[in-house]
Amino acid sequence: MPRLFFLNFPARALLLSLGLALALATLPTDRGLAQADPSPARESLAGVSQSGESQVAGSPFGEPQEPPTADLAAGTDLSAPVLASLQSSKVGDRDAAIQELGLDFSPLSSQILAGLLQGRLHLDRASGAFYLEEEGGFRLLWPETGPSTPENPRKVAVNNRQRETLEGLLNSRALRDPDLERRRRAAAALIGATKVDLALIQNLLTQEADERTRDSLRVIVALGALRDSGSPLSAKLAALQDLEGLYAPAAQADLKLLAQGQEPQLAQAASRVLRRLEARAQHLALVETFFFGLSLGSVLVLIAIGLAITFGVMGVINMAHGEMAMLGAYTVWALQTLWPQSPGLALLLALPTAFVVAGLVGGAIELTVIRPLYQRPLETLLATFGLSLILQQAARKGISSMNVPVTTPGFMSGQWLISSNFSLSQGRVIIILFCLLVFAVVYLIMRKTRLGLEIRAVTQNRAMARALGVPSSRVDTLTFALGSGVAGISGVALSQLTNVGPNLGQDYIVDSFMVVVFGGVGNLWGTLVGGLIIGLANKFLEPLNGAMLAKITIMVGLILFIQRHPRGLFPQRGRVASF
Amino acid sequence: MAVFDRGLKIFSLVLALGVGTIIFGCLGFERPLFSTLTVGLLGKYLCYAVLALSIDLVWGYMGILSLGHGAFFALGGYAFGMYLMRQIGAQGVYGDAILPDFMVFIGWDRLPWYWQGSEYFIVALLLVIVAPGGLALVFGWTAFRSRVSGVYFSIMSQALTYALLLAFYLNSLGFGGNNGFTDFKSILGLDIHSPSMIVSLFGASALLLWLAALAARVLVTSRLGLVMMAIRDNEERVRFAGYKVENVKVAIFAFSAILAGLGGALYVPQAGIINPSLFAPIFSIEMVVCVALGGRGTLYGAIIGAFVVNYAKSRLSTAVPDLWPFLLGALFVLVTVFGREGAMGFGRQIGRQIGRWLGGPKLKAPEEERA
Repeated sequence: MPRLFFLNFPARALLLSLGLALALATLPTDRGLAQADPSPARESLAGVSQSGESQVAGSPFGEPQEPPTADLAAGTDLSAPVLASLQSSKVGDRDAAIQELGLDFSPLSSQILAGLLQGRLHLDRASGAFYLEEEGGFRLLWPETGPSTPENPRKVAVNNRQRETLEGLLNSRALRDPDLERRRRAAAALIGATKVDLALIQNLLTQEADERTRDSLRVIVALGALRDSGSPLSAKLAALQDLEGLYAPAAQADLKLLAQGQEPQLAQAASRVLRRLEARAQHLALVETFFFGLSLGSVLVLIAIGLAITFGVMGVINMAHGEMAMLGAYTVWALQTLWPQSPGLALLLALPTAFVVAGLVGGAIELTVIRPLYQRPLETLLATFGLSLILQQAARKGISSMNVPVTTPGFMSGQWLISSNFSLSQGRVIIILFCLLVFAVVYLIMRKTRLGLEIRAVTQNRAMARALGVPSSRVDTLTFALGSGVAGISGVALSQLTNVGPNLGQDYIVDSFMVVVFGGVGNLWGTLVGGLIIGLANKFLEPLNGAMLAKITIMVGLILFIQRHPRGLFPQRGRVASF
Repeated sequence: MAVFDRGLKIFSLVLALGVGTIIFGCLGFERPLFSTLTVGLLGKYLCYAVLALSIDLVWGYMGILSLGHGAFFALGGYAFGMYLMRQIGAQGVYGDAILPDFMVFIGWDRLPWYWQGSEYFIVALLLVIVAPGGLALVFGWTAFRSRVSGVYFSIMSQALTYALLLAFYLNSLGFGGNNGFTDFKSILGLDIHSPSMIVSLFGASALLLWLAALAARVLVTSRLGLVMMAIRDNEERVRFAGYKVENVKVAIFAFSAILAGLGGALYVPQAGIINPSLFAPIFSIEMVVCVALGGRGTLYGAIIGAFVVNYAKSRLSTAVPDLWPFLLGALFVLVTVFGREGAMGFGRQIGRQIGRWLGGPKLKAPEEERA
């Protein structure tokens, strides 16, 4: 009978820890915010490197913003001499031209500056006209009378010093952008810049309405005051006062210098700010570790849910479980290859497809290999291991022994800004939510549907279930197909996190068995809690003594735990438990 | 049951003839009939056979499927490998008389404590027994006392060997990390590459296998052996009958681990290398399949299985490398689904059939399979 959806102990424990996580994550948002998130978008899971990431080489102070397209300051057409000096072969002349362009706020000069920085600005020596290299050709920038296609375009090269100047200029420019997000990012990026026009920033500060942008600007001003050897003591103290209220990791080096400085008053104030800064940095690092742990944990849970069904509920060891996930991941690749123009849609379509593909393969495995072995679980293990070897080799021969490329669509990449000093990778957040969704669906299937009821009945007492008319062998096949299908879905999620290749399943199989046994066999809640705990423990141990040792520690810890508590975290009670 | 039954007699005869031929063929002629490479390879098979035998002892006779027996084999190998590394002495690349090359390479200036005394042969032998035996005692004791059994024990043992695999990959553990031990020069001061040493190692492996088979035979025909089989068939009933099931399990498990460790110790000088790959779960599982192929609970079946599978592996994985994983996988499936009694069972059936044709006295049917 379907029972009421009530929360048992593991469920409460989980809700509590999630609530805690949420509280931790929201805490830093109420404070001063300044630093752009420096964390890598997708850091590797379980030692597997990431695929499909294309990053522009980072500059020391973040990516400069795209030039604004709207006309911000009423600018006239650029004077010819400025651009003429940009054509000069002397570096000094070009320096001066860049400075001049920086003072001009017309869209044209913005485009020229951005083009310079990105290496897209070309000069046609013959006509003296400037062009912007775009996809599929060159676009004439200046003068309007120039030929529409250049005869012999040459890239206008910039050196590192000029690049630095350009980035500063473009970011200052973006500070006037009407788009709020752009202003915030530009302000955050400017904090690390070495050359900033302080007067300009102070001027902007009076006009800026947005709190986050203002905070970033204030940090810039304060840092400027601290760095200026000519500014009076009172100004520096005021700057420190200002910094205390703000969170500015970029100021750390300056503060350390000041804290060791000669001026006692200044040193004291600086060390106070520094302490505060470090405390907050630790807090943020903690939240971040928690998030990464949750992310790793949810991946483990995703793979282990399918296993919890086949292994936990049916007591059957499926060593080919990892390969079911591999099938799911290859489904993503196949669909994305079919529709290269819309990888996001292909990814979404891969979810049901992977479920069906892996489910069918799982059902076939049950019918052919597992059925004759039901009384001999140890042999099932060996037979399915053989199947996993065959499936792996089939992927190697049939597709490629190399990893296949899988695209990460836009909604899976990118950062989700919770506050400007704390952001989470969007893909990871989605995977965590997806894991919870899959868990909920599987839970409901097991609790609320006819199939789930029959699965549980057969699990608890096969003979009695059969006597009451449950077609037990059909239930076995369906259960196995369901478990395999869920594994396929987890493979779709994995394709976004790790390399998709023949070894994908292998990397996770031991871990996922441990999750199921740790959580308590036959208990879906146990799998969820167990997986999250293992993920969290892994990420919290990693900073102490490295990823490898953390994994070993977890393994040994799990072995010892299960030796002490063979039924796992949440043992099933009653006669079901006697395996 | 007598210890020296027909099986052990045949096995002893075949082993003695085979080994005699090879030793005579190598040493009795001006130009050896067998290359040192062949002898080394056969020596390795003998060591695998010891490992398979040790697995059969716990799986075939006590129903404990260990997916981590390769770990004990590897530990024995590493223990003896430590001695071999010390034997290199100043002949290493860096010429350090005390430190093995890899320690010099990672910048260590003295031996860690657990390497102390490893230059003595007798200490090495002791370590070969103590390291796998000790681990098996601890692991078995904690597992069996909490009644971790069946599938759970298999998974735990797999996790154990997996954890060791990860650990031995670490350079900081002091066992050579990824590369393990290699480049051995001598044993007891004698050149390890000389033909006489290779033949002696081969002979020693054969002797070990024979002793292991004899010991296993003595064990399974004893009262303890009866208890083992009773545990396999119905653990609860044995417990109710008043036997300390845990003690029997731990003792046999540790004994089996020591056998595996001895096999590993002889494997290393013949293979010329030991690295963490022996800890990989797949190695252990392959050995289990050798046992299943030969027929579990028969002792000799495990030995036959180890020879057949490893011979096939050496030949086929070079001849048809792409096809080999398919064949191995198919072997796993077919052996478990169709061949419950393995090659030994098949052999018995053939034997009965031939006996019937010849009209001779009927051979006794094998004991009924348990339900």
